[in-house]
Amino acid sequence: MSTSETEYLENVANQEYEHGWRTDIESETLPEGLDENIVRYISERKDEPEWLLEWRLKAFRYFERQVEEGNYPDWAHLDYERPDFQDMRYFSAPKEKASYDSLDEVPDEILETFERLGIPLEEQKALTGVAVDAVMDSVSVATTFKKKLKEKGVIFMSFGEAAREHPEIVKKYLGRVVPYTDNLFAALNSAVFSDGSFVYVPEGVTCPMELSTYFRINDQNTGQFERTLIIAEPDSYVSYLEGCTAPMNQKHQLHAAVVELIAHEDAEIKYSTIQNWYPGTKDGEGGVYNLVTKRGICEGDRSKISWTQLETGSAVTQKYPSVILKGDESVGEFYSVAFTKGHQQADTGTKMHHIGKNTKSTIISKGISAGVSNNSYRGLVKVGKNAENARNFSQCDSLLLGDQCGAHTFPYIEIGNPSAKVEHEATTSKVGEDQMFYCHQRGLGEEEALKLIVNGFCQEILAELPMEFAVEAKELLAIELEGSVG
Amino acid sequence: MALLEVENLHVSVEDEDIEILKGVDLTINEGEVHAIMGPNGSGKSTLAAVLAGREEYVVTEGSIRYKGEDLLELEVEERAEEGVFLAFQYPVELPGVSMTNFLREAVNSVREARGEEELGAADFLKLVRERAKLVDLDPDLVKRSVNQGFSGGEKKRNEIFQLAMLEPTLAVLDETDSGLDIDALRTVSDGVNKLRSDERAFLLITHYQRLLDYIEPDYVHVMVNGRIAESGDKDLAIRLEEEGYERFQREPAAA
Repeated sequence: MSTSETEYLENVANQEYEHGWRTDIESETLPEGLDENIVRYISERKDEPEWLLEWRLKAFRYFERQVEEGNYPDWAHLDYERPDFQDMRYFSAPKEKASYDSLDEVPDEILETFERLGIPLEEQKALTGVAVDAVMDSVSVATTFKKKLKEKGVIFMSFGEAAREHPEIVKKYLGRVVPYTDNLFAALNSAVFSDGSFVYVPEGVTCPMELSTYFRINDQNTGQFERTLIIAEPDSYVSYLEGCTAPMNQKHQLHAAVVELIAHEDAEIKYSTIQNWYPGTKDGEGGVYNLVTKRGICEGDRSKISWTQLETGSAVTQKYPSVILKGDESVGEFYSVAFTKGHQQADTGTKMHHIGKNTKSTIISKGISAGVSNNSYRGLVKVGKNAENARNFSQCDSLLLGDQCGAHTFPYIEIGNPSAKVEHEATTSKVGEDQMFYCHQRGLGEEEALKLIVNGFCQEILAELPMEFAVEAKELLAIELEGSVG
Repeated sequence: MALLEVENLHVSVEDEDIEILKGVDLTINEGEVHAIMGPNGSGKSTLAAVLAGREEYVVTEGSIRYKGEDLLELEVEERAEEGVFLAFQYPVELPGVSMTNFLREAVNSVREARGEEELGAADFLKLVRERAKLVDLDPDLVKRSVNQGFSGGEKKRNEIFQLAMLEPTLAVLDETDSGLDIDALRTVSDGVNKLRSDERAFLLITHYQRLLDYIEPDYVHVMVNGRIAESGDKDLAIRLEEEGYERFQREPAAA
């Protein structure tokens, strides 16, 4: 490799994080540590019904047991110090008010925060047709376009509001897809989750706009535990996108979210993520531990759930957005780009669990590693014994930038029905000297060439993102690759 | 002033103690077409690679001046911007990178270096259609990823198409004729002939005389064992076809 290319790749690997500023707003924060009182406090602060508190407490007890028994999910290809659950805060809210009825009430500093993130909450978004819910630390700050959605009967609000205003729906579905017994982090989230987004699309309704939530950790040493629940009634459609950033902190921060999706008969949910949590310094200090449980169920026949993710942030990422294909002829999709650089580590992939007949799943995963990072794909395709004619196609491609990073693929296949057809393809390639030379010979510099090659590598996935976010995603990738900046 | 002056060029492979070019002298003026012929392993493709700036080759002695400047001082992309174009013997695939994006970046980076304005989308597409016609390239290929799934012939035609798009001053064609059937050879040659001009020089590297039936060179050089053993006009190519390279290989190398 040429010297300039090596230097360039080093710059890429060492490039500093762009969203590392902190908003200076007063916040109300709980002391560090976790016990039953903290759980009760959070529930009370959120004005929750009794049943929800009970559920949290059960989850908390389950969590405590898991910690005592040492059931830490450490089987992934990740190497990091386990978070000390007593050494972090579990609730932090901008002080003035816990929720806001209109944008006028939102403090300027918070609005500025979202402005800097490039998420104008104001009218501009109307033009792009995006309804935005913004979660800063633990509290949902503003949900725009409530009214327009209301006309269609679509409910899009913070989880806290939903628990108060639509308890019957929340109660019916909470924990249905990801029970608190699922894993230690799901249990922790269930006990202390502070807010998140709730979406309900009634029967026959196509949601008139893209729904979007931006999550931001602001306070130091605070864990972020949001919970998202999306329900698509029969014959409905919704596309939802979440974006995330965090300031630079010396200490590691824990992000343990839970996302549950339920698609009824003929319904479709498209869930996209642009994850850009703080990845830590170039020497591997600080950064977010992104340990997330995301799962959807295709409950009804002919329903469809599609996950698309662009993962560029976090020091450690462990997540496997999955689909349970219960309905006959249901469809599950997973499209992923995971980009790691510096000391980042990612172990991500999906589970496709075929239960219904004639179910179909597609997995396309693209891992890009730079610096001394490690990037793993881990996926399970499981075909139940009654899942006649299940089909799966999996493709996992890895691209290495430089020669000190790692790419790994761990595919698991469990077939319980002989009629299943499962295909798996995997490739690993280095950005070849030949490719770079070819680009240079046509007049392209290091940066242009690498951007072009990486964008080309991700093309299939970026094409799956909603239009307005595909542009954002490309820009994010470009920023990640920029050697000269920062 | 000559466009390209290669003097006593000695080139070795990086990390290996093998000298491939052992004192090459070559002068090319604007508008001239030169052909270099020679047996396998004689160093023809190495010369092309060194001109383009491939890093695994180390120049140990001698010089290359291009437009009066030291070419070896320039990065690969700077050479491209200065009008050096290499048509690859084995064009490289860029999965997922559309020809359109790739070409637009390339054309605009070369235009910027020449102090010209960027081409707008409409002008660019017009140029694509016009130049694709030169080499009879299906314009739909431009929507595909660079060289991916192209047939051997399409890849070669695509190289000449890019040449046409980038309008270089010095075009080096590295065995563009290899692997082409007779019809494709004719198409590619026609394209090159249409691109000949008083300002543009060509260096054709080839095994076979047959390419020179279609593209008539001003000069023919025979390269053997890392040196230009003989130079002449197009008749030299015909003689070579009859006599083979053996005569040169038997002769002791002159110092």
